[in-house]
Amino acid sequence: MGRSRNNPALTVFAVLTAVSTLFLIWIGGVVTSHGAGMAVPDWPTTFGYNMFAFPLSEWFFTGTGISKEHSHRIVASVIGFLTTILAVWLWVKEERRWLRWLGVIAFLAVSAQGVLGGLRVTLYKDELGIFHATLAQIFFVLVSSIAFFQTKWWRKLVECRSGGSSESVEFHRWFRPVMLAATILILMQLVLGASMRHQHAGLAVPDFPLAYGKVWPPTDAAFLAEVNRARIGADHRDFLPITAAQVHLHMAHRMTALVILVLVATCAVLSRKGEKQEKVARFATGWLFLILAQASLGAYTVWSN
Amino acid sequence: MKLNRRWLMLAALVASLQFISAGDITGKITLKGTPPPEKDLPLDPQCGKIHPTKKTKFYVVGANGELADTFIYVKDGLTGKTFPVPEKPALIDQVGCEYAPYVSGVMVNQRILVRNSDPVLHNVHPIPAVAGNKEANIAQLPKAKDLEFSFAKEEQFLRFKCDVHPWMFSYVTVLSHPFYATSAANGTFKIENLPAGKYTIEAIHRKAGKQTMEVEVPATGGKEANFTFDAK
Repeated sequence: MGRSRNNPALTVFAVLTAVSTLFLIWIGGVVTSHGAGMAVPDWPTTFGYNMFAFPLSEWFFTGTGISKEHSHRIVASVIGFLTTILAVWLWVKEERRWLRWLGVIAFLAVSAQGVLGGLRVTLYKDELGIFHATLAQIFFVLVSSIAFFQTKWWRKLVECRSGGSSESVEFHRWFRPVMLAATILILMQLVLGASMRHQHAGLAVPDFPLAYGKVWPPTDAAFLAEVNRARIGADHRDFLPITAAQVHLHMAHRMTALVILVLVATCAVLSRKGEKQEKVARFATGWLFLILAQASLGAYTVWSN
Repeated sequence: MKLNRRWLMLAALVASLQFISAGDITGKITLKGTPPPEKDLPLDPQCGKIHPTKKTKFYVVGANGELADTFIYVKDGLTGKTFPVPEKPALIDQVGCEYAPYVSGVMVNQRILVRNSDPVLHNVHPIPAVAGNKEANIAQLPKAKDLEFSFAKEEQFLRFKCDVHPWMFSYVTVLSHPFYATSAANGTFKIENLPAGKYTIEAIHRKAGKQTMEVEVPATGGKEANFTFDAK
């Protein structure tokens, strides 16, 4: 009944929490994409009801903004509950002290995330939406890391690193700095992406790979006035007018994506140069494929509009 | 007390003289060319039953190009003059999962009542862009009591939105004077009781753009001002 590093049931539960969090992020994306974030004007209540007592007939599969926003709140509550259990379970059963504290941090993060989401609604602050979107993904990384740290893969990696195994590896000297730079840039990219989405202006640049037919788009007042006039009627959501800053933000997002792609590709190449690092190389290649998929989704978002 | 009464009578006389020498600006808004087709709305089952067109309405045009929902107002010529805020509130109704009117005007601090005549819940969410005008977001049940809003600063096309039904918008222009109108379904408009003088009037259609015109309102009678926009 004591603490251990090997808790199979806890590992499965942590993975379940991480997968559920990914689902929650997807619903959050649906809410923002459909402009439904303010469809329920009050928080923590829902139209004056206790959130969990809001009649199913009023929201479940009604196809309205309420359906999207309230589903997001309900799933978020479930994730909050799962994270609480995870934190308590880690505290009771996990041997590694730092991992127990990661559980506590996850609990605090999910609580803060809920409050941020609520305040974004009640204070009418798009800026809070940017923090909410960024923290969502940091939280997902945190819960996924907790799950990963529970696995045999992680224990084996630690053994390799400590040299206690015959499989100890030697990385190329540039591997770690490049990986670190890519990781920091990805976090920046999350903030840029969240900033774009939470200004509710739709796509500031409607074509790809060029931007308004140019390598770098014009942003003078006359050009923007014409663009904004043309945007009216382009979508039933009747997006707000775009500004020069939003065009620059969009272009910064594209440029950052390109740099991330190059850095992660470099990581994948460097991971193959060194001693006995096949497993790391496989992870790095998988990472590259994920980044390529994400970049393709970004391009498709533009083309499909 | 007698002195006060005299002053009051004098002020009333001056105010009434101002409107004795006043005229109307009437006109018609016409759209030249064929507007782009309207988009289908992603209606949910409830609104699908009651929405009149199931399409966006960026252009509401008659058979002969009569253009509705153009906002016409006095842009210049009233500097330094003040006007009382109407007691009567402006009314925006939610009917058929649409706001009616789509384009309208009010005076600064004039009350705006928002009604829900629909059998479904809406949330009324004004999103001002000018500092000093307050954002709000209030749920309104079917046939519930009218909601009341007012805005302290001038703003063009202040957006009212329903987040439950993301195609629902109403655009209210807030002005410091009462001389404005919105073109009707037959393209006509009338700005009433404008004191005699020279003015710049502006006609704005959200999609077709804006045009200005210099107009001199005579002491008696009225003035006609017609605008033609190109479909864009």
